Amino acid sequence: MAKIEIKNIYKIFGNKPQSVLPLVKQGATKEEILEQTGHTVGLDNVSLKIEEGETFVCMGLSGSGKSTLIRHLNRLIDPTDGEVLVEGHSVMSLNPEQLIDFRRHKMSMVFQRFGLFPHKTVLENVGYGLEMQGKIEEEKNKIAMEKIEAVGLNGFEHQYPNQLSGGMQQRVGLARALATNSDIMLMDEAFSALDPLIRSDMQKQLIDLQSQLKKTIVFITHDLDESLRLGDHIGILNAGKLVQVGSPVDIVMNPADAYVEAFVKDVNRAKVIKAKIIMRPANQSEGIDKADLIRVQEDQFIEEFLPKIVCKNSNCEVIDKQGNIKGYITNKELQSSLLKS
Amino acid sequence: MKEFFKSKKNIFNFVMLVFFGWLLFISYTSSKRKPDNVGELLKFDWLQSWPKWLDLPLMAWINDAFKKLNENYGWIFEAINNFLLAMLVALKNFLILAPWPLVILGVVVIAYFASGRKIGTTVFVGFCTFFIGFLHPIFWQKAIETTAIMLISIFLCTIVGIPIGILMARSIRIRDKLLPVLDLMQTIPAFVYLIPGIMLFGLGAVPAIIATFIYAVPPLVRLTDLGIRLVDKEVIEAADAFGASKKQKLLGVQLPLALPNIMQGINQCTMMALSMVVIASMIGTRGLGDEVLLGLQQLNVGKAAEAGIAIVLLAIVLDRITQSYGETLQERSTPQNKKSK
Repeated sequence: MAKIEIKNIYKIFGNKPQSVLPLVKQGATKEEILEQTGHTVGLDNVSLKIEEGETFVCMGLSGSGKSTLIRHLNRLIDPTDGEVLVEGHSVMSLNPEQLIDFRRHKMSMVFQRFGLFPHKTVLENVGYGLEMQGKIEEEKNKIAMEKIEAVGLNGFEHQYPNQLSGGMQQRVGLARALATNSDIMLMDEAFSALDPLIRSDMQKQLIDLQSQLKKTIVFITHDLDESLRLGDHIGILNAGKLVQVGSPVDIVMNPADAYVEAFVKDVNRAKVIKAKIIMRPANQSEGIDKADLIRVQEDQFIEEFLPKIVCKNSNCEVIDKQGNIKGYITNKELQSSLLKS
Repeated sequence: MKEFFKSKKNIFNFVMLVFFGWLLFISYTSSKRKPDNVGELLKFDWLQSWPKWLDLPLMAWINDAFKKLNENYGWIFEAINNFLLAMLVALKNFLILAPWPLVILGVVVIAYFASGRKIGTTVFVGFCTFFIGFLHPIFWQKAIETTAIMLISIFLCTIVGIPIGILMARSIRIRDKLLPVLDLMQTIPAFVYLIPGIMLFGLGAVPAIIATFIYAVPPLVRLTDLGIRLVDKEVIEAADAFGASKKQKLLGVQLPLALPNIMQGINQCTMMALSMVVIASMIGTRGLGDEVLLGLQQLNVGKAAEAGIAIVLLAIVLDRITQSYGETLQERSTPQNKKSK
């Protein structure tokens, strides 16, 4: 069973969304709806499955509905039509008390512009979710301090958010989300407001934390490199429609339409594609020059062994973890995978 | 015809039209100056100048209603009167019986802490307070009487205005209904409610308190409403996402962050209350206002000016204290200003 399942979500913004819904279901485009009824289509028949423990990245340009989508998961926004299931239970059927309880224990959220409470110290900010859970002061502070240390902010716990830099503020946001110990973390363009160096730092920190914690993360971004780096699966939204869902390699190698193609056009493929994807299987290895082979692991990215190939000008053999030969990579495979289609 | 009554708006318009017709009919039948028989109306000479019988008997209605109110529910007003008067007398006597240097010291201490220990403001406020009595010995007691009336009015404004402001911020429907009422309260001439005030509560301080309340509460309501609505949307979303209940959100996030605006509202409230003081002196309220009035009546320019200056000094003292408290709060929630200093 999927951890989170989104079934045919529609979201229409405007005065009378229900009256416009049939039109949208009949397949009218966003522009037509806006012109005829003055309503904006936020999401148009989006269905998704997110598995436990994976990082699902939802990508799209601004206005594509990705922030709207993530807010449906904890019902900060109610859908016009459709269903959201978390661990098989419908989020839509929760009454107000259940919803509050659900938000306290099941999901936590990190915001684009941090969403920190300016009148609370770092410690109080990180402890906010715990306070909502009804934890006593000592326990709250103990857990909050642990999380502050986990994101490397010890010493700053009595500062106010505005006394910190952007990167540090987002670490507070991250620590606050981690503190509630919920299985699911929603990250709404969490690193978009940070400068590139700090962003890359935070991405690494998130990957490290995730390797220990194994949470289910839903990450929103407009940055393809970020989504390729973080995502186990990527969903691409365009104008409220889900265009493609797949692994990073799927997205880069087989873009579903022109929109996705334009997106992945400039990506550094060597960074994304692993050796096992492009290798010629061992049983089709006739005619390959097997002298002076370079050994690479099947999970290595092309980027990592590309310099060796260029220096030695010879072919690769790809092995799995046990050392069995799985296949070979020649210049031909390299060319076809790296050339922009 | 059935089509016509399908729309709510049409029904409303129709009801209003019937109501208008009924008003015309009532005015005509109850008028003492109507023509002896209806036939005379056919001469149409009443189209020349406004006919005497086309007169809505609103005055009679209000007077009747007011009389009934006074006869049947007089005890309620008496209770309010006694309660407010007791509060006022207690406060006034306390301030008058205390030696004046102690009162000045008290004001200075309050100013010191309210301004966040700024020496400049504190000294300035101290001198202003001293000069009120220094202008004319009798002003000291008068100023205390004025201040007592104002403090009670502001207290009433706060306990009524802030909750109403909160309600307005929460519901657009309530805001739409209350905004015209606030406009009415601010634009209707003060004498219109001073006179019924006298009839219900008698001459003196209590109608002045009521009038001051009516005049001074709208800015506080508006600024509370505005302050709460201006709180960063993402911060509110963060509180929601971590499962804050409505009450927790209000007390823990919205009110603390709206506090600078609410303090601004109390400051505005104070200033408007002070401007009411002179008007209220015309219904026999004792205080600095009646010195101005006395000066006017005696054509004593110096006396009126002296009293006027005393009112301005009192305004400065109250303004500095409430204003600087708001500023201190603001600095705490946005410490960037502090950094640059």
